[in-house]
Amino acid sequence: MNVSNFTAESPDPALENHQPLGGAIVTKPFMILGLFVLIGGYFILRRFLFGMGDVSHMSNGFPIGTWVVLDVVIGTAFGCGGFAMALLVYILNRNVYHPLIRPALLGGVFGYTLAGLAVMIDLGRYWNAFNLLLPWYAQINSVIFEVALCVMAYVTVLWIEFWPAFLERMPPAFKKRFNLHKMQIFLRRYMYVFIALGVLLPTMHQSSLGSVLLIMGSKLSPLWYTTWLPLLFLISALAMGYGVVMLESTLVQRAFKLPSEAALLIRLSRVGAGLLTLFLVVRIGDLLARGQLGLAFAFDRYSILFLIETTLFAAPILVFASKRRCANSRLRFLATISLLAAGSLYRMNGYLLAINPGNGWTYFPSAPELLITVGVVCLEIMLYLIFIKTLPVLPGRIAEVAGRPS
Amino acid sequence: MGFVNNTDSASDPVQNPDNYTGALGGLTRREFLKYCTGVAATLGLSSWMGLRIAEAATAPRRPPVIWLSAQECTGCTESLLRAYHPTLETLILDMISLDYHEALCAGAGHQAEAHKAKSMKENWGKFVLVVDGSIPTKDGGVYCMVAGRPILQVVQEAAEGAAAIIAIGSCASWGGMPSSDPNPTEAKSVQEVLPGKTIINIPGCPPNPYNFLSTVLHLLTLGKPPELDIHNRPKFAYGRLIHENCERRPHFDAGRFAMEYGDFGHRLGWCLYKLGCKGPETHANCPTIGFGDVGESNWPIGIGHPCFGCTEKGIGFTKPLHALAEVKTFSPPNAFPVVDSPKGEGVTPAAAAIVAGLAGLGLGAGAMALRGMKDEGEANHADNPPGQS
Repeated sequence: MNVSNFTAESPDPALENHQPLGGAIVTKPFMILGLFVLIGGYFILRRFLFGMGDVSHMSNGFPIGTWVVLDVVIGTAFGCGGFAMALLVYILNRNVYHPLIRPALLGGVFGYTLAGLAVMIDLGRYWNAFNLLLPWYAQINSVIFEVALCVMAYVTVLWIEFWPAFLERMPPAFKKRFNLHKMQIFLRRYMYVFIALGVLLPTMHQSSLGSVLLIMGSKLSPLWYTTWLPLLFLISALAMGYGVVMLESTLVQRAFKLPSEAALLIRLSRVGAGLLTLFLVVRIGDLLARGQLGLAFAFDRYSILFLIETTLFAAPILVFASKRRCANSRLRFLATISLLAAGSLYRMNGYLLAINPGNGWTYFPSAPELLITVGVVCLEIMLYLIFIKTLPVLPGRIAEVAGRPS
Repeated sequence: MGFVNNTDSASDPVQNPDNYTGALGGLTRREFLKYCTGVAATLGLSSWMGLRIAEAATAPRRPPVIWLSAQECTGCTESLLRAYHPTLETLILDMISLDYHEALCAGAGHQAEAHKAKSMKENWGKFVLVVDGSIPTKDGGVYCMVAGRPILQVVQEAAEGAAAIIAIGSCASWGGMPSSDPNPTEAKSVQEVLPGKTIINIPGCPPNPYNFLSTVLHLLTLGKPPELDIHNRPKFAYGRLIHENCERRPHFDAGRFAMEYGDFGHRLGWCLYKLGCKGPETHANCPTIGFGDVGESNWPIGIGHPCFGCTEKGIGFTKPLHALAEVKTFSPPNAFPVVDSPKGEGVTPAAAAIVAGLAGLGLGAGAMALRGMKDEGEANHADNPPGQS
């Protein structure tokens, strides 16, 4: 990279390893994903032409449906990879993990950007959304307002953090024409500001996603309702961030036959084990302190959901904490899946499954509603594939052209 | 004063009228400033305006006010005398120099008329003219004579020398009750008999005293009337429909109406729209300011009587009491949701199929990923750890 000539500071050696994967973009899996994106797009169009009632089962009893829960609450937790890795690498100075940062950041970019898209689909009066940015309308006591502003700011920060990957790929003539070298130098010099913001902002809105549930009161089962919800959401988001980095690394490495990052992942999994343990200590401790642990063994719907969720949280600890089990890539993969499933189920329980608004309200997402969510997720994967193939994100190049994306 | 050593009686304004607080007519300085700030808040001005109001109100040369009464019931004066935060009569009589008022004059007959003439002559071009009651114009205005002259002439004459003219009450503002059909005296509003003059209208039957007081204080403080609407009513008081701030509005929106006096809904305080409440077409601040200084909900609708639209020409004393108001904001929907409307929708076969498909896909993909995985983690370990070299 000739960019290093333009700055007095020595470039991060780890950055030099990032290369575009290359290979064909339009592959068979890519086209299948595209088909789902088209189906989702069709229903999104219907939602904007005929209104929410046309595609969604959301109601006054369940105003928060699949779009918010899957695409925003769970989607942004999956997007926490960038946040979790930045915390580890830049704040705790564990520089060995640096190769994992860019892919994690890219996951965050799409996780959050498309969460924003999902919110715009979900907002009944989306045309009023710009009022969020007008300070004289700000309702500073609103948790949702904090989430909205914070997520918007974080999406911007994520794109800025990822921007060097674009700059590295731009033709030198183009960069010269628009004087982009200056921008590159500026970004390199002041990136620490955006990295700091990129660590600060998720702690704010990921905990706020838990605070949102505080107004649910008795609508939310006491197994989930606690004043510790913000902390629990923050810890689980961090754990899911590391989980997603591990999953993504494993899958991409297998699909594109890249050099293995297993050594890093094993070290990383220990961080995950610590976070999961902390989560369970707070979770169970809180239940004990509130005297609600008995509900966990009532074996009704909520109790069963709680037991499944807690098992999924506890199982990965057994794998991650043991060096021998962790070295087994199958077990590690299963544990990662379990971690992500646990975090997702915790969010889904809090926002949907353990909610009883009373008066006989019921909710199950409609088929178009689900297809919109599927479309958004497929779009996310498609964009991720395009980006890693054309931009310097991953370490190493593709081994064979006909890759098998997971 | 013989009690200067005694701090208690020295600070007592009643016993010591010459000290600073005594000059404020029994108010402590703090109470007085609180009052002025309160008035500023009523006017929608910032709190520091309270100080300027206080300065204006305690100016040694108080602005003279001539109050003329035409075809009226003295309700406006009665209402004004019942402004209580704090002792209003002290403040209003000390703040302005009320040089002529038929009901409140200390003098009577020729003495009062002579005082009025003297004051008007001395303060020509400077005094504030307040008129309550409508002006009869039929037969040269002979249906309302004061001191042997038609009030029409008296008002027109006084208006020539007035710095500002305030029409208080519905009668003075737009004709009010005397101008209702068949209007035997051809009663008209002050505006109609003084064409070309700017009149500040404070309609209401009676108007809220604080709307009048706030307007007067605005005039005294800033030397100009507050912002007025197209009917020359101060916008701070008449800028919004009663309907917009009504405490029963949620009942209107939810379709809960009292259907007759004393019925179930009426006793529960439901919306009075169907009893003929004119709140949806009447501009006034009654719901937010209340009457009589006794707290919230003390106003016609608050105690269960429909608004009859006194501040609005063509509605009060004109529209039948039980005629439905024309809703100026949003009309109620033709149909409200039924009580047994569906409470959400359950699982559809298509949705179930999609969820099952996704679950299957996830399991399949997981299994596929597991199948090709190396059993030995050590093998992975041996691979080159990236980013280290």
